[in-house]
Amino acid sequence: MELGFLDRPHGAGGVRVTGAALVDELGYSLGCDRMHPTGAPVLTAPPGDAPASFLTEAFRGQDDHALKFLHGTTTLAFVFQGGVVVAVDSRASMGQYIGSGSVRKIIEINPYLLGTMAGGAADCSFWERDLGRRCRLYELRNKERISVAAASKLLANTVYGYKGMGLSMGTMITGWDKTGPNLFYVDNDGTRLKGHKFSVGSGSTYAYGVLDQGYHWDLTVEDALELGRRSIFHATHRDAASGGFINVYHVKEDGWVNISHEDSGMTKYYEYKAQSAAVDSTAMES
Amino acid sequence: MSILEYNGGCVVAMAGKECVAIAADRRLGIQLQTLACDANRVFRMHDKLFLGLTGLMTDITSLHNSFDFKLNMYSMREGRLMSPQTFSSLVASTLYEKRFGPYFSEPVIAGLNKDNTPFLCAMDLLGAAAYADDFVVSGTCAESLFGTCETFYRPDLGPDDLFETISQAMLSALDRDCISGWGVTVHIITPEGVTAKSLKARMD
Repeated sequence: MELGFLDRPHGAGGVRVTGAALVDELGYSLGCDRMHPTGAPVLTAPPGDAPASFLTEAFRGQDDHALKFLHGTTTLAFVFQGGVVVAVDSRASMGQYIGSGSVRKIIEINPYLLGTMAGGAADCSFWERDLGRRCRLYELRNKERISVAAASKLLANTVYGYKGMGLSMGTMITGWDKTGPNLFYVDNDGTRLKGHKFSVGSGSTYAYGVLDQGYHWDLTVEDALELGRRSIFHATHRDAASGGFINVYHVKEDGWVNISHEDSGMTKYYEYKAQSAAVDSTAMES
Repeated sequence: MSILEYNGGCVVAMAGKECVAIAADRRLGIQLQTLACDANRVFRMHDKLFLGLTGLMTDITSLHNSFDFKLNMYSMREGRLMSPQTFSSLVASTLYEKRFGPYFSEPVIAGLNKDNTPFLCAMDLLGAAAYADDFVVSGTCAESLFGTCETFYRPDLGPDDLFETISQAMLSALDRDCISGWGVTVHIITPEGVTAKSLKARMD
């Protein structure tokens, strides 16, 4: 195998053009015909000086939901004493129609990095997959893992390049690096925020309600996971565009762990209902 | 978004052998925000006549009150109960009266005729009635309901099988609609009496 690229750390020069398709340093197709000096693939934009304003003009008055899955969502992540908890729902809706009830909205970028999905499903899954590829190249070039800050900045810079052209994503990038547990919010207008507690999507207000009420830095791992789960559960109950399964991940020093995958509207609802009925009856007795 | 889809909700009715069933969801929301899971959109007009109303909840309430009043006046004046056919004409003309400023509600009527044969009817918000001898649907997941009903429906079912069929048709359709669900009630109407059942539905 040709390993010369390891000696050319910042080499966009490592990109070779074979025939029409662009391949990366390892010879894999990038699915596009150009590449940005930062290593992000460049998708074909409409020709002209101002593709963004051309697109707003061309698609004026068109239904925003026409082509986009996953517009309603609840996702959350928070940092606490024991790492990071990430919890999401699994509903993909197009307007009021439920396209799928079992979408995986937590994207495993690599064993130390997780990304969440809100907004357009295709935009999130493509760019976070691409982020995974670029994080791997960083690792090979620099012989160490990329920091969460750097990884989230790669994504933020990429989507910023497409600002105004209709990308739709609200994502949280989280993981554990040299500096400890980290959490960033990145969205399609190029916003990138570091924080301890985020919730994204149409159900986020409901999730924040539960999360803010129960959050504490010193939460035990078990309680933190349950807080994430409950926040998503209450959001799926109140927000019609969220629902399906609750997926929970825990980010620890040695990488993330997939904690649970539970049915929200059936199993969890009736479980929580039985629990609060039991609490009520003990309260009545005492 | 259509004002008919502002609150969400749906109704389905099916005919069996000497019985009819009518099922409705329990959600009341404002667009994507769920406000209540105990909404009522199916009303008993008399023991052999049920009215289901989908659409804007404020108009559902107004229409229900109005039909209750009209039915009471009718039974006092005539000394008998209104037949389903007559009631469907009453509903249709009440809706058409407001042709240029309609009630935003689409009714479903399910009942038993004098000879206990099933009667089913659905209408648009202006009062254009469509009669059917198998099933009728209405509401925000009408398309999904048509699909599940076409799949599950068999003619001449008894009350128990009819209950099972309409319940499965309803629950499956709800799984594809964001703004319907959060509980289901099913009424089975037979010459002997009415049975009301609540289904354990998805609450998301």
